[in-house]
Amino acid sequence: MSFPWAQQYEPKNGLTRWIDQRLPLPRLVYGAVGGGYPVPRNLNYFWNFGVLAGFALTVQIVTGIVLAMHYVASGAGAFESIEHIMRDVNQGWLLRYAHANGASFFFVVTYIHIFRGLYYGSYKAPRELVWMLGLVILLLMMATAFMGYVLPWGQMSFWGAKVITGLFGAIPLVGEPIQQWLLGGFAPDQATLNRFFSLHYLLPFVIAGVVILHIWALHIPGSSNPTGVEIKTARDTLPFHPYYTAKDGFGLGVFLLLFALVTFFIPNYLGHADNYIQANPLSTPAHIVPEWYFWPFYAILRAFTADFILPAKLWGVLAMFSAILLLFFLPWLDPSPVRSGSYRPTFKWFFWILIADVVVLGFVGGRPAEEPYVMISQLATMYYFAHFLIVLPILSKVERTLPLPASISESVLHGEAAEAAPLHAGGAQPAAAE
Amino acid sequence: MATVEHSDGTLTSAPDGGVRRRDFINIAAVSVAGVGGAVTLFPLINQMNPSADVLALATIEVDISSIQPGQAIKTIFRKQPLFVRHLTPAEISAANAVPVDSLRDPQSLADRTKPGKAQWLITMGVCTHLGCVPLGAGEGENRGPFGGYFCPCHGSAYDTAARIRRGPAPKNLEVPDYSFKSDTVIEVGKVA
Repeated sequence: MSFPWAQQYEPKNGLTRWIDQRLPLPRLVYGAVGGGYPVPRNLNYFWNFGVLAGFALTVQIVTGIVLAMHYVASGAGAFESIEHIMRDVNQGWLLRYAHANGASFFFVVTYIHIFRGLYYGSYKAPRELVWMLGLVILLLMMATAFMGYVLPWGQMSFWGAKVITGLFGAIPLVGEPIQQWLLGGFAPDQATLNRFFSLHYLLPFVIAGVVILHIWALHIPGSSNPTGVEIKTARDTLPFHPYYTAKDGFGLGVFLLLFALVTFFIPNYLGHADNYIQANPLSTPAHIVPEWYFWPFYAILRAFTADFILPAKLWGVLAMFSAILLLFFLPWLDPSPVRSGSYRPTFKWFFWILIADVVVLGFVGGRPAEEPYVMISQLATMYYFAHFLIVLPILSKVERTLPLPASISESVLHGEAAEAAPLHAGGAQPAAAE
Repeated sequence: MATVEHSDGTLTSAPDGGVRRRDFINIAAVSVAGVGGAVTLFPLINQMNPSADVLALATIEVDISSIQPGQAIKTIFRKQPLFVRHLTPAEISAANAVPVDSLRDPQSLADRTKPGKAQWLITMGVCTHLGCVPLGAGEGENRGPFGGYFCPCHGSAYDTAARIRRGPAPKNLEVPDYSFKSDTVIEVGKVA
């Protein structure tokens, strides 16, 4: 948007010209996700995941709206209405499985999107607000997914609601009133289900709003790229359309293949059998676990078993929330001037250790609270915080980084001036819009 | 006394310590709107608190005559599970053998039962960690390493006086207000 060489929107006929003069919406779209947005020419497939997350959000909103036409938000009727959707509603099984697995796929692509940002330093200046708005989206997604999981009113729904609202009960003095305020009672019940349904319907639209802010903030400096070197000239960029719409289109095809595979062949693989049992306030399932995308945070929550000034329970809650809130400070915890992990040989190692650490946390978070899982979760939690609070600040001071390419186009062309010449002459440059 | 903002943007000096009439009107208007806005928020927030029918706290009566020593029952009190347990003499002495000072939430068995009724342990069946229902009240359920209750969610273990002994829970299982109406009937939810 802010590059002087960005192509300008040209209405193609009288109608679009008429509209453009009165409501320049086509112009806005053209500049945001069309030919008018110059993008670094060296993006790899990890840059697909933002678009994929946007697609997953759309799937959730569309399937969610139609499911809400059949769902009944009542303690007596919710569980039955889910079975009604699965058995009686035309293609209801497909819509519900797509919605349930769509949530998992939304988290998969979002987590990859976040780790892409961590590796390539996408959170660094001048994109701090892009990063922070992304974290806001993640928090909203978590709240939405949690409340959505309560709606079927199965055993995991009920006990998940009880455990998660119980987290707020850990806060000294005001904890219990807050918990009762959230639930609308002493335990999850009708009032809880109704408000969760109301908010579960609302929050995706809030997410969509923050996504617009996220993209708006991104388009001020423009997309980052695998070298981490900023765009310098028109030679460094390609227009978003058709170059990246095509590349994202391919990624979307792969995404849809995997999504269809899970939705049609193993639709319950990521769920819990216990949630096909109706909620029973008197019987706790033997092993309460949240959905897989919460496992790393659940492991951090359970890692605190000893009181130290504050009760262990409160430490667990604080640590779990800090695990995400900490990331808001990441742009300042890692002040290394080199963005991309590709030019940071030591950082790269610690990045992969962090990935392994989060995978381990995810694994133990899905296990029962017994040894050796408790011990493993404690060590992994320690590393998680050490990575951001100790390793990154020190690394940014002592690490010897590799020399950066002078520009994106130079890194793409490996300095082969002869081969660059035809490109410069216009070979791969798009023709200017007519 | 009023200060007028001239059309060219200049101001004549404010006579009353720099406060113009327009400043006063601004502050007053924004304050009224702010207070009005804040008051409007109250019903929007308070509607989420437990409603009157939920708060109409019925007390319940529990007939405990058929609970044999070593047995326990689960019932519902305020939509949450309530454990009524008939302790065996061995369980009572196990509970009394623990030094109270060594506990995370120091309470003796006598603190948690009624005088002369030490064999009747009445607690909420709600783990003080995150609100799961601990195991141990039902027939054949895992009572954990201290022979009381065991929470399967995060591994909190309670002893035979339902006191927290190991795991993340910060408090003993809550003892609700209750009284003995007779030797075989208790009334829960009301102070005697």
